[in-house]
This record gives sequence, C-alpha cells and structure tokens, in this order.
Amino acid sequence: MKSAAQIAREVQSGATSASVELEASLAAVRARNEELNVFLHVDEEGARAAASRIDDRVARGETVGPLAGVPIAIKDNLCQAGIPTTCSSRILEGWRPPYNATVIDRLVEAGAVPVGKTNLDEFAMGSSTENSAFGPTRNPLDITRVPGGSSGGSAAAVAADMTPIALGSDTGGSIRQPAALCGLVGVKPSYGLVSRYGLIAFASSLDQIGPLSKTVLDSAILLEVIAGHDPMDSTSLPEPSPSLVAHVDDGVAGKRVALVRELVEGADPDVVASVERATVALKDAGATIIELSIPEFRLGLSAYYLIAPAEASSNLARFDGVRYGLRVDADDVTAMMEATRTAGFGAEVKRRIMLGTYALSAGYFDAYYGQALKVRTQMIDAFHRAYQQADLLIGATAPSVAFEFGAKTSNPMAMYLSDVFTIPTNLAGEAAVSVPFGTGEAGLPIGVQLLGPGRSEAQLLAAARVLEIADGRP
Amino acid sequence: MTLENGWEMVVGLEVHTELKTATKMFCGCANSFGSEPNTNVCPVCLGLPGSLPVLNERAIELAMAIGMALHSRIAPSTFHRKNYFYPDMPKDFQISQYDLPINSGGYLDLPDGSRVSIERAHLEEDTGKSTHLGGSGRIHGADRSLVDYNRSGVPLVEIVSGPDIRSSAQARAYAMELRGILIATGASDGRMEEGSMRIDANVSVRQSADPFGTRCEIKNLNSLRSLQRAIDYEAQRQVELIEAGGTVRQETRHWDEILAVTSTMRIKEEADDYRYFREPDLVDLAPDQAWQDRVRGELPAMPAERRAKLSSRLNEPSDAQVGAVEVVIDLGLDPFVHAAIDHGVDPSLALARAANELAAGLDGITRLSHEAFSVTLSMEQGGELSATQAKTVLGELLARGGDPKAVAAAKGFEQLSSDTLGATVAELIVQYPDEWARYRDGDEKLAQFFIGQVMKLTKGQANGKAVVGELQARR
Repeated sequence: MKSAAQIAREVQSGATSASVELEASLAAVRARNEELNVFLHVDEEGARAAASRIDDRVARGETVGPLAGVPIAIKDNLCQAGIPTTCSSRILEGWRPPYNATVIDRLVEAGAVPVGKTNLDEFAMGSSTENSAFGPTRNPLDITRVPGGSSGGSAAAVAADMTPIALGSDTGGSIRQPAALCGLVGVKPSYGLVSRYGLIAFASSLDQIGPLSKTVLDSAILLEVIAGHDPMDSTSLPEPSPSLVAHVDDGVAGKRVALVRELVEGADPDVVASVERATVALKDAGATIIELSIPEFRLGLSAYYLIAPAEASSNLARFDGVRYGLRVDADDVTAMMEATRTAGFGAEVKRRIMLGTYALSAGYFDAYYGQALKVRTQMIDAFHRAYQQADLLIGATAPSVAFEFGAKTSNPMAMYLSDVFTIPTNLAGEAAVSVPFGTGEAGLPIGVQLLGPGRSEAQLLAAARVLEIADGRP
Repeated sequence: MTLENGWEMVVGLEVHTELKTATKMFCGCANSFGSEPNTNVCPVCLGLPGSLPVLNERAIELAMAIGMALHSRIAPSTFHRKNYFYPDMPKDFQISQYDLPINSGGYLDLPDGSRVSIERAHLEEDTGKSTHLGGSGRIHGADRSLVDYNRSGVPLVEIVSGPDIRSSAQARAYAMELRGILIATGASDGRMEEGSMRIDANVSVRQSADPFGTRCEIKNLNSLRSLQRAIDYEAQRQVELIEAGGTVRQETRHWDEILAVTSTMRIKEEADDYRYFREPDLVDLAPDQAWQDRVRGELPAMPAERRAKLSSRLNEPSDAQVGAVEVVIDLGLDPFVHAAIDHGVDPSLALARAANELAAGLDGITRLSHEAFSVTLSMEQGGELSATQAKTVLGELLARGGDPKAVAAAKGFEQLSSDTLGATVAELIVQYPDEWARYRDGDEKLAQFFIGQVMKLTKGQANGKAVVGELQARR
C-alpha cells in the first residue's frame, strides 16, 4: 500500500483521487476484516462523502492539506460525531457521541478520510486486544498471535494495509507495544502535545493520542497535524504544533544515545540483540553511545498499576446507566447502577476499578496511591538526570515478539509485564517512539524504543528514521 | 432563644453560593436559572465520555473577591475529585477544592460587633437537580426520577465559618452579613429561595466551659427563618437528649419546615470516603499578584463600611431607622440616600423613602436616577408635593421613568395655592369650633386632626407643614 505521504502528494497533484484511495482501503477492509476483527465500525458513507469533498476541492484548485485523501483508522476510544464509539465495552452500547474529538477535527481539516473505528482492549486496559467485548483482533502478520494492545485494532489496520496510518492512544505503552508487535512505527507524544479532548479517558494524567504508521515520515506528518495547543484541554501545552516533517532527515550525528540496562532487562535474547544492533546503527550514523542504569525504572510498573487504576476508577464512574449507553433496570437507582456496571464492564476493567478504588480509599491512600505518586516524582527526576548525560535513551519496546492468543490471559501480572519498558515514559510525561528493527522468533518484527525528554519528538523521529534506513527501508 | 441550665450552643455554618458568572465553571453553557430543563447543557457539563473541563476565569475572580471581602489569604490552590455515585452528578464525581483552597482563613464582623472566623472559601461545581415523582417523593421509594442538568457545572463557592456562633440570632446575622458581601462583590444574587445561596448548619451544645460536643449537620435550610428555627430546635433537642441521659450521635439531619423539626437523614459512623485525589484534567490555580491586585482594586465598599457611612449621616438614628439602614444597605439603595442628602434633602426623609418606596419598587430601580429621586424629595420637603403625592411620583418614576416635575404636572399635583389652603382651613375652623378651641388652648395634637380634614377635602394634595402654618397664623 502507498504511504500517507505518497497518497497526499498524488491526490494534490491529481495523479490519484481521494475516492480511488478510499475504495482501495475499503476493499482491503472487506478482504480481511472478518478474519482479523480490526474494525468495529466502518463508516463507508461518511468516508465516501469526505473523500469526494477532497476531490471537489482539488478539482477547484485548492490546497487540501498534508493528509489529503489519506484513509485513516481511528481507535474506538476517540469520539467522532454520530459514529458509534464503544471503547470495546458493552457499557457504551448504542452510544453515538454528539461531538468530535479535537484530533478528528484536525484530521478532517488536514484532508484525512476517517474510515472507521478500530478494536481495542476494553477502555484501553490491556496489552493484547484480547480484552475487547467484541472479540480479539488478530495479528495480520501471524493470525495465531495477538497484535498487542491496547491499540491492537489500529496497529492491525496499518499492518494489514487497510489504511496507511492510524490513531491510537498510549497510557502505558498502548501505541508503542502494538507497533512493535505489528512491525510499525508508533509514537507516544509528550504529555500535553496532543489534545485529549474527545479521548475517552482511561488514566487522564498518562493518556496521550499518537500515530501508528509503516514509515517514520508518515508518523511525523500525522503527529504534526494533530499536535498543538487546544483551548479545550487544560493540560494541553501552550505552544503550536512542532515542526517534525522538516527534521525527519536530520540524523543523529553528534547525539549522545544511552542504552538503558533496565530497558532490556528480562527481554528475549532476539529482542536484546536487535536493540544492540540498533545502537551500532546509530553509532555508525554519528551518534555517541553510552550505557546507563536507571534503577527507578524497575518501580515503574508498580506505580503505574496504582496510578492508572486509581484515575480509571474515577473516570469510569460516569458509566452508570443514567444518561447513555447500557442500562440494566432494577428496583432503585443504586441497584440499577450496580446491575448496569456488573453487566457492562469486562473482567479486566472491573479488576482495575477495584484496584484503583482500593488504592484511593481512606486508610490506604498514603500507602498505595500516595506512595505511587512519590515513585512518579522519582521517575521524573531519574529521567532528568539521564538527560544530562544523553540526548536520547534506547531500549526494547516489548520483551518479546507478538505472543500467541491466551498466552498471558490467565495471569494478569504476565500481561502487565508486556508494558514494563514503555511505562516509565508515561509516568514522566515524556516522549518515545517505537520503530521496527530486525526480526526475531518466527520472523516476527521487533520494536526498538527511543526515548527522549518532553518535546523531543523531532529528534526522536530523526533517530527512528536512521534506524529505518539501517533496517533496509530507505 | 436562650438555652437554660448553663447550656451553650456552638454553631458553624457552611454557605454554598452560586457564582453569578455568564457561563458555567468548566464550559461555555449559560449559567441561568429557570430555563427549560436540560437546555443549558453540552458534552462537558453532561460529563460525556471524552469531555474535559476548562476553568472559567470569571469564577476565579469572583471567588477571589469573596475571599478578599472576608479577609482571607489567597493562595495557590488545586482541584480534587470528590468521588461518589449520584444520578444528578454526571461524572459521578464532583470537581472541588480539598486541601489547598483558593481562600483560607479570614473573618466576618457582624453589625453587633461580634466576629466570626472563616476557615475557608473554596471553589467547586454544582450538581444537576433531581425531581422524584410518585411514591415517597425522595430518591428511595419514588416511582421515577427526572434529572435536569442545567445547574450541573454552575460555579459555587463554599464558605465555611469557624464554630464561633453562639446563638441562632447570630447565625442569622452572619448569614445576612455574608449575603450582603456576596451581593456587594457581584459574586451572587444571594437568593435563598432559588437556591443560589444554600446554608448547612453544624450544631452542637456544651456546658459553657466544656470542650465542644458532638455536632449534627442540618440540611434543607431554605430561608433565614428556617435557619434560625432549625438551629434553635436542634440545640434544644440535643440539650433535652443529654439531660435525659442520652448522647448526641454525629449525623446529618433534615429540617422539615412544616413540622418544624429536624430528623435523621444519614448517620455518620465514620467520615464519608470520597476518595479525594488531584483532578488530573485541570492544572494548578495560582492567580498572580497583578491579577489579584486588579480584583482587589475593583472591589466595592462592603456592607459594614457602607452601613457605617450611612449611619454617620443620621442624627442619633432610632431603632426604626437602624432597621431602615439595614434594608437600604441590603438592597444596595444607599447611593440614592447619599445623593438625596447631598442634594439638601433631610436624611430621615431620604432614608424613609428609600427603605419604603424604593424597596417596594426594586424591579424598576434602573429607571430611576439619583437626580430624579433627589428632586422628588426636595419637592416634597419644600411643600410642592404632599407626602402622598411624592410617593405617587416615585411609584410612577419606578414604573415608567421620566422627569419628576413633568410627572407631578401630568398627575395634576399642582401645588395648592395658599389662598385655597387658607380658605379650606378657615372653613374647617367654623365647622369644628370645639376642636379649634382646644387647639388654640395649646393642644397640639389637634393639628393632626385638622391636617387629616384638609387632606380629605383636598384629596391629599395639601402639604402637612403648610396646613400647620395656616393653623398657627389663625391661632
């Protein structure tokens, strides 16, 4: 499939049309969606209308934006006006948001054509997309394996050539880990870089929307479109969108890159080998490589599994059957709320709501949530110290290549460990990119993770581009 | 009411006031009372999935103004989530301030010279409003419930007093004075009947020197009268309970206005667990010095100061006049009184007309200029208008506006010529010889009799002072 950059260029020049590209995308969806369970909803009608608007504008000689006519898959925890939005949960059954997320408005403004909504772990809680109320998504590269999660549907859409780009959300690795498992580029932007308005919150202080794509350039284009201040999000950074596309080929000459011991610790040997080869590639491109240990990273998982569930327990309280979505009738309002939530939420969501409620409860707050906040502060300090020695950090994105269905579903801790390398970035509010580099077991892709301080997306994408070239994708 | 046998009541008040902002606290929806249900709503104040709050700067300014008027310290503050499930709360948590409120400390001086300390005055959002239909009419046991989210997300400030109040009258005075401050700062319209000012009272009793007793929180106090009655009832209930050998249980009690009793709503065996934590969707609130200075600079004079200024212009005010001053300050009519006094009108007359005629015609107050008020009263004082005529002119000015002289002319309130008045008085002397004789012998009370008769004959067009002049000339 053509890249987003190529489609936009050709749509603008008239070499192709948005409608032609959309039909190719829809044909690919039709061909494999049943098998892979990628899209929960395909908005053929809306997408065709959007594509023909782009074509009309091109016909009138207008400039139609950096994503002109580019089909895009949208993770189903992003609100799109009038389109069913489920978070892969029964509890949102039948709900159609009356408004667009800010990122949707920006995509449309840039000429993109949203094709439909993709499967995820319910409320973005999971690392395999097995926690969806609507069944798991299969990894297009090996349908016996998971695509990762929680943005597994978005990753699979791109990996299966249904759309060249997709939007995901990343709370503890939910963009980067599926990117790694599906052989894609995925970016977790700095906290506040992309507006969260219209993203159905899992853990508000950790959530960020970001791109998934086959190429570094496409992620740069997409991130540039969706980033920048939004007055609707109080935590949005005050500055406009950074210049990313212009810096994609800046390289890494003179950059100091630190290989972090804790970011490969416990990873499969093939994954460690890929990370090591990636450092060599960066060195060859002019970077200085050092090694660092950041022991605080080992505390990340524990802190994350208190902070994220605590926020989730509050964020998900509103799904009570009173105003929208599922309602299970009962004798009085309290019983109705209980019955609705019992029927509407899946096991993992309930587990996290209980965990978070407990962590915030009087008598336990200081020992759990309070302690986790202290770890979070330590994490931020640890990153800060590391960035005095290095411009970027490097490690693995996930401990292994894509795993088989059911491999970790019986043991939540094993599943949680899938995110051990990605969580520190979310806790610190910083940026990271996963880029495919080499393959491992069964020829499946391996993701290498590049981490940088807040607002370092341009540097990170330039480094990812160096690895992309070194891995044979010029 | 006073408690007997050495008992003393200890009262602290929590006053919730809706802020008079144009829009809600976290979204652009109109903040207005009385709209069709669920019309002033949007994804944010309905708490729809994915929506996010953005703080209304005007709400911050009004909260600061309240704090400044209460001598509070304005400090960097944060927002928390107060988590509990309730159908009229769309997110099932309330955004409120917790350990770091915008205003902490402070005090409020009452007209009787007492001082009540203020613990804090913090910002929070209001909930929607439930209506329970059928059955018990309360949430449990109703046939069905309707929720109106128009009020959801309306900005509130909660003002918490220290446990310094020692009588229901003092509680009432505190509520009145606070209401005056809220109105003066423009923060609120202070309408208890519309719920824009809501009061909860914490009441306990003790033997005067003892430590504080166990308190009960009383809710549903919808007027100053309920406040006073409920506190008296509750204090007496606690005294009787203790004297009968019982102990007061910490609980929330509901005031029943019709039965005039408080009854148990909710028992607080331990503190409610609201699982407070920092609201991650909002950033910290730290108004800089320049902003604070601007709000402080725009702060108008507070009721206590205005009361003192107005009282200072009266010569040894009577009790009735003290009451009139209260009314005038409360309604913000003091600038009219000052303008009239500056215009040469007798302070007592100016105060009386403001406290009665202007207070009664408050809806039309914007039609009346200070100048028109002063001119009307000067005409009355100079004898051009009788008291009745002056009141009629004020009524007309409040109803339709206009110029006092033109209104008086249009109403036919020409000054009664002294000839006509003289002739009328002469007639009455003939008609009532006995009364005239007693008046001539020095019974001044009879002057009122003749004034009354003149008023009857002239249909109120005569000026009392002029009548007395005529009577004295003939004595």
